[in-house]
Amino acid sequence: MNKKTSSAGFRHQLGHFGDVVHDRWLRAPGWQRWIVYLLLIVFALLLPSESIGSFMSPDTDWATILFFPIGTYVVLAIGLNVVVGQAGLLDLGFVAFYAVGGYAMALLGTKMGWDFWVILVVGIGICALSGITLGAPTLRLRGDYLAIVTLGFGEIIRITARNTDSIGGPTGISGIPHPPNLSDDFELFGVKIFKYGVLDPRPYYYLLVALAVIVIILVKRWEKSRVGRAWAAIREDEDAAEVMGVPTFRFKMLAFAIGASIGGAMGVLWAAKSVSLNPNDFQFLLSATILAAVVMGGSGNLPGVMLGAFVVAWLPERFRELKDYRMLIFGAVLVALMIFRPEGLLPSRQRKAEFKEGSGGMGTLGAEVPGPESHGEEVASR
Amino acid sequence: MFSDFINQFWPASIDGLAFGSIYALIALGYTMVYGVLRLINFAHSEVFMIGTFGAMFVPFTLGIDSTLTGIALVGVILAMIVAGMLASAGTAIALEQVAYKPLRKRGASRLAALISAIGASIFLQELFALVVIPGVFDRPERGRIQMGLPRLMERSELFSIAGHPVRVDQVVVIIAAIGMMIALDALVNRTKIGRGIRATAQNPEAATLMGVDINNIVRMTFLIGGAMAGVAGALYLISYENTNYYIGFLFGIKAFTAAVLGGIGNLRGALVGGIVLGLVENYGAILVGSDWKHVISFTILILVLMFRPTGILGESLQQARA
Repeated sequence: MNKKTSSAGFRHQLGHFGDVVHDRWLRAPGWQRWIVYLLLIVFALLLPSESIGSFMSPDTDWATILFFPIGTYVVLAIGLNVVVGQAGLLDLGFVAFYAVGGYAMALLGTKMGWDFWVILVVGIGICALSGITLGAPTLRLRGDYLAIVTLGFGEIIRITARNTDSIGGPTGISGIPHPPNLSDDFELFGVKIFKYGVLDPRPYYYLLVALAVIVIILVKRWEKSRVGRAWAAIREDEDAAEVMGVPTFRFKMLAFAIGASIGGAMGVLWAAKSVSLNPNDFQFLLSATILAAVVMGGSGNLPGVMLGAFVVAWLPERFRELKDYRMLIFGAVLVALMIFRPEGLLPSRQRKAEFKEGSGGMGTLGAEVPGPESHGEEVASR
Repeated sequence: MFSDFINQFWPASIDGLAFGSIYALIALGYTMVYGVLRLINFAHSEVFMIGTFGAMFVPFTLGIDSTLTGIALVGVILAMIVAGMLASAGTAIALEQVAYKPLRKRGASRLAALISAIGASIFLQELFALVVIPGVFDRPERGRIQMGLPRLMERSELFSIAGHPVRVDQVVVIIAAIGMMIALDALVNRTKIGRGIRATAQNPEAATLMGVDINNIVRMTFLIGGAMAGVAGALYLISYENTNYYIGFLFGIKAFTAAVLGGIGNLRGALVGGIVLGLVENYGAILVGSDWKHVISFTILILVLMFRPTGILGESLQQARA
């Protein structure tokens, strides 16, 4: 009993601290925000340094894991957050779009000899198209049905890649070209950041940071626009949104296409660094992990989602000495987190309020007798 | 291609029925939990996996290494089924208590429950790969490698259909699965517990007012669904003679497909969905090659959801929903 109240008290204090920071942030004038943004970008650029790495990952090369899994997971989580966190569509097959992007890079790079930058653009287009192709028939479904269909789609993509010999079959594709060097001798902090070789992971990491910054800016702009408001309306009550004149189907498609493009862009970048890929790089577990990152961090809240992705990617690397037991602990942590903090580590205020009402995503569980205040909603969800 | 289909029609049908029965038994767990809680019990696949190992435990402790006959064979098979049921039902109840009940109590969202289920699923897989298989089954360092079952019964031909043999083990699987289905149907439609389950699925509030103990009903739902997955695990093991810590994943998705195909929340639908899926998957495999077997089932799932999202028999454990 005692333990329970103290943990609740701690959560409360943490929430209060979060509110204070959040209020301060909302009241901060524009130039102060820009300083914070710039400091964050500088911090991201300094991150691969050895002194941070020796603490963060004593067992593996810090700059390498900063690209994959940490940075990759962060970008994928931002993409999935558009679909799950903002539009409230549960996607369990997000890895499919990452795979499409990866295969686009691998095939167009090895067979057609195209340039990385061209493939990046084309790959994003292909992924947006595949998002629409998947979305068109399935987005009329709701909640769990959509979840299971996307899961099925993710598996179809992986098995198809494995069974099709012309795209490498189970062994995949190797010899994927690196991006062309933008400059052979431009240096920043002693790193040739525009020279994309085999050994140094840092130039790729900087490329990833650039991609992440662009994606974050775009996603933030969408969130605050009419599109973002439409997504929030769909997430909270699709029928009400439709009645209010929001073309829900079109906006759901848009969310899918944007999420898919972000996943695809990351796939292209990842494939360009990793030289080879095979269907097993795109297991369901990756979709589940990214979804876990989104929910763990605070679905719908960008800083929270990025924190979630960082934690999910970094903890297993940091605690390498636990080796095999990492996934075991990861599973247990997920359960514990959902029990003690189902709204995630850093939820947005709106989501917190939604969670208080008990509708923080796909409605409540059945077989619970709701209180009088949530009765209307319970009836509405039937 | 068409002559292939004619030649392999009967073997594929029998295989499809056997696989379909197993899908159907697992699908029951999904469908019951979904009917009552409106939750995809994502960790149900692991309940099935643990059922196969529960069943494996019997021949392992008895040290059986040759085929059995007569009473001994029947006894061992029954013991395996019971062990599978116990292991799976125990897991399902523990799962409900640890991963779902605290969330229900807080009125958490279904998304949170889904993540909790995925976490529990990963945890159980790794627990078996790292602790249970190396420890209990004495396979240190080989927790992730497929584990075989020594052949229990002579796979003799029982009878033949159109010149194609039907083996004893296939008949055992199909008969046992259908027997369990009939028992379950009676349980849900005729007993007090069954009435409670149906009432809770239809309207939890009204059920509470009528004196139904919802917590008990949820526990029973998980117990019954788990036991069915345990039977499926035992039957799978007897028929296909191997298992591993990861086996639940594919069976879980297939069984969920079966549940949706038949109409989720509908018990008879699970049977129909399982068998239809098993058959179509095997027929499709003849036509386009067995590599594509899984793609066929996922495509069926997507098509069904597009054109008839309430499944073949509709959703009936509760009222139909939008």
